[in-house]
Amino acid sequence: MLNYIWVGIMLLSIAAGAATGKLDQVTNALLGGGEEAIKLTLTLGGAMCLWSGIMRIAEKGGLTKMLARVMSPLMRILFPGLDPSGAACRCILMNMAANFLGLGNAATPFGLRAMNELAKANPNENTASNHMITFVVLNTASIQLIPTTVATLRLKYGASNPLDILPAIWITSLGSAATALILSRLFAVSKSGERRKLPAGKARVKA
Amino acid sequence: MKAANLLSVWAVPVFISLVLIVGTIKQVPVFDEFLSGAGDGLSTCVKILPSLVALMTAVSMLRASGLLELLVKLIEPAANSLGIPPEIVPLAILRPVSGSGSLAMLENIFSVYGAESLIGRVASVLQSSTETTFYTITVYYGSVGVKRTRHTLASAAGGDLAGILLSSLTVKFLMA
Repeated sequence: MLNYIWVGIMLLSIAAGAATGKLDQVTNALLGGGEEAIKLTLTLGGAMCLWSGIMRIAEKGGLTKMLARVMSPLMRILFPGLDPSGAACRCILMNMAANFLGLGNAATPFGLRAMNELAKANPNENTASNHMITFVVLNTASIQLIPTTVATLRLKYGASNPLDILPAIWITSLGSAATALILSRLFAVSKSGERRKLPAGKARVKA
Repeated sequence: MKAANLLSVWAVPVFISLVLIVGTIKQVPVFDEFLSGAGDGLSTCVKILPSLVALMTAVSMLRASGLLELLVKLIEPAANSLGIPPEIVPLAILRPVSGSGSLAMLENIFSVYGAESLIGRVASVLQSSTETTFYTITVYYGSVGVKRTRHTLASAAGGDLAGILLSSLTVKFLMA
């Protein structure tokens, strides 16, 4: 899947660039993309090390276990069959907590560790497991308590109450996350032929 | 705004203090554990770098090619009939692909239409309630070497679509 998308984006961009007369810019972008990626890794790298280190201390101190215990009902609904006190669940929870508080820099290291833990339990290493899909989909639909970046930008452009859109944001992000989760569950059920009852109602409330 | 500021200022220091205090009480060798965790973080960085190079090259080519503008023209009529302001369409298309690009576009929308306009509000809601879907999928799967992502993209795209629809619906109903 990713193979086709990647090739598709590159070839279409070259074709479109040729058609719109922007081929030189496309070539520049092609040659400069790697540099941008290295820069991003350097920027992210510090945060990555910091939060992985903090997570490690939190784990040894038993904090993540406590969080996992409190959240286990939610985890049972989202990740049926995954040990709610296992390492994968603890990383997933830290990732969700960081996303919720708007700490994107912290969320990524936790998320990547969660993927690593989920991969250990995945029998087919080239293919995504259902738990991986649920987790990635949760991360593509951002659920955030307070969108600080957008609020700051609105303030800068003269909004008198930049957070007056909060209810709309909460409804929209819950709705889009619930849609993505329900879709992924439907696909999983229809493709595996498994007749598990959909916990769609619960997922909507707790997503 | 005050409560929000308080939260964003206090969340990180309070969390770090809690982790350090609990770790010390439980007699965790905090410095050694931090080093070993930070080392893991570094190797994760190295692991995701190849997928980042692949992704960012493709995305910057896409943005330079003018293809997005063509796509916007194609989609605008459909968006209009669904009640989505056509001015939002470029943002909606760029949002799943590029985080910094969509933020720049949001700023552009604010400067043209204002942050308190209907368009400005829908754009804010859209930017806040969706994510850089392609980046997340590529980096997360790339880090563990998964090539076949099955129905991930379809589900995530469905969620993004719901986000686009809901952002204009909620703003119209809640703020009008």
